[in-house]
Amino acid sequence: MTQLIQTLTDGIAVGSLYALIALGYTLVYGILQFINFAHSDVFALGAWLSFTIATWFGLAAGSGATTPPWYIGLAVLALAMIGCGIVGFLIERLAYKPLRAAPRLNVLITAIGVSLLLENVGQLEGMFRGHHFKIFGPYPKAMPALIPDRVLLHFAAVQFRLVDAVVLGTALFLMVAIQWLVFRTRLGMAMRAVSFNHNSAALMGINVSRIISATFVLGSMLAAAAGFLYAMKYAQLKQTADNVWVLLGLKAFVAAVVGGIGNIRGAMLGGIFIGLIEFFGVAYLSDKYRDVYVFSLLIIVLLVRPSGILGKATVEKV
Amino acid sequence: MPLLSVRNLDVCYGVISALQEVSLEINRGEIVTLIGSNGAGKTTLLRTISALVRPRRGAIFFNDVEITRLAPHEIVRRGVCHVPEGRQIFANLTVHENLLLGGYQERDANRIRASLDRCFSLFPVLAERREQRAGTLSGGEQQMLAIGRALMSKPQLLLLDEPSLGLAPLIVRKIFQIIREINAEGTTVFLVEQNAHMALTVAHRAYVLQTGRVIKSDVASNLLQDPEVKKAYLGG
Ligand SMILES: Nc1ncnc2c1ncn2[C@@H]1O[C@H](COP(=O)(O)OP(=O)(O)OP(=O)(O)O)[C@@H](O)[C@H]1O
Ligand SMILES: [Mg+2]
Repeated sequence: MTQLIQTLTDGIAVGSLYALIALGYTLVYGILQFINFAHSDVFALGAWLSFTIATWFGLAAGSGATTPPWYIGLAVLALAMIGCGIVGFLIERLAYKPLRAAPRLNVLITAIGVSLLLENVGQLEGMFRGHHFKIFGPYPKAMPALIPDRVLLHFAAVQFRLVDAVVLGTALFLMVAIQWLVFRTRLGMAMRAVSFNHNSAALMGINVSRIISATFVLGSMLAAAAGFLYAMKYAQLKQTADNVWVLLGLKAFVAAVVGGIGNIRGAMLGGIFIGLIEFFGVAYLSDKYRDVYVFSLLIIVLLVRPSGILGKATVEKV
Repeated sequence: MPLLSVRNLDVCYGVISALQEVSLEINRGEIVTLIGSNGAGKTTLLRTISALVRPRRGAIFFNDVEITRLAPHEIVRRGVCHVPEGRQIFANLTVHENLLLGGYQERDANRIRASLDRCFSLFPVLAERREQRAGTLSGGEQQMLAIGRALMSKPQLLLLDEPSLGLAPLIVRKIFQIIREINAEGTTVFLVEQNAHMALTVAHRAYVLQTGRVIKSDVASNLLQDPEVKKAYLGG
């Protein structure tokens, strides 16, 4: 019983992070029909930016029991989201927009290139013309604690921690917000029109390029939030080129596909589902095959229901 | 001064030439039709006016201002609205959302409401189907939605690409009736049609396009009597 509830809370908490990242994949796919493989790096960037901004605020890991007031954490989150939003905007403008008329394969390869670029630029540290410079550096870092390590709820031996509540609460809030934005606002309506057909949307007077930019900014901001929350929950940050980030991003991608790529509710559902599969597999089968469960699920879904749980069956237009 | 003036337009798709030295003018208040057989380049001309296709040579003026290099959404802002071939409604959105998208550039809630009301009075069936997904409408209803959606932005010039395509004669007559009504209320109409008889009956003036070139232009009633036009487009 204890293990069941613990696995459930962990699975849902991590699953909600997958969901946030999956939303970015799915939003971009919905509009441009391509997988933005650089998205997992924007997620890593979100975590590293959070770390960097927290140190700007004078915080350091393990600096004692005191944690900053709550609004510092909020400021770190907001700044990391803004930072990643800008990077997402630039990625689209500089790397993808010039390829708007190119075959999709070219864009895909470019995305992989952007991904490698971000991973490796993130590690840079060295001397340039006698000045020391550093992006994030090649070493892992520990994220400073932004909230007290408190147990909110005891249930038998299950501990429900404050950090889990914050992760889950923030993720759910953002998911509701994006849902509202896409289905209830003018911008969201334009996004749905563009995802249906670029030319038809343009004939409505929609500035399609601007909507595409907005989509990248939104997706990147969600990835930044996921990175921030991930760093809160798992304080040990691997260097940007470490494949743990790629793996997390890939699982979120699997979540988007399992839920039905292009489908917003599907991405959320897929994320939670993947989180649960992973944690239940680890808890009840074996912790050696953490990633195997997720990718097996991908294979099963692709075989049985290739359009995903909520996706519509569509024929690829050539 | 004409409302729209197209001057020496050349358009190519890769190496295939679709339009050659096309020039035409549309005056304020007119219904002008462009007739021509399959592949003549009618759709290409409308898409070029809307900036979905870039011309190789030539220029397009609207209200005496050159619009050749503008983006599609800027052309809409200037008052040219295009109902594309095959209607292109947003099938997964509701009728209401489709109409709101038509008025995307208008931010004033009162004016949007007024446009909606006008649209529903022209097409009462759309009011009944308001919350229905547009993809589930019948072909005729979809065409009405496409026209209603275009009118939401209160265009000065309405471009219609084969509004009669695939519709029953009764619906076609109704659509043409609406086109007259819209025109009577002050909207200039540029109508592309294969249904040449209907088009020439409703239009003031007409152009005939053949394999990318304008081969004739005249008052519509004259073209209805023109032996060549009769032979090629009016079935004898
Ligand atoms: N995207 C495209 N790529 C290449 N060629 C095209 C493209 N669109 C149109 N064409 C060609 O340009 C020519 C004109 O096509 P267009 O669609 O303008 O004709 P149309 O007069 O509208 O015909 P229809 O009455 O059948 O709609 C045709 O020969 C067509 O094959
Ligand atoms: Mg056509």
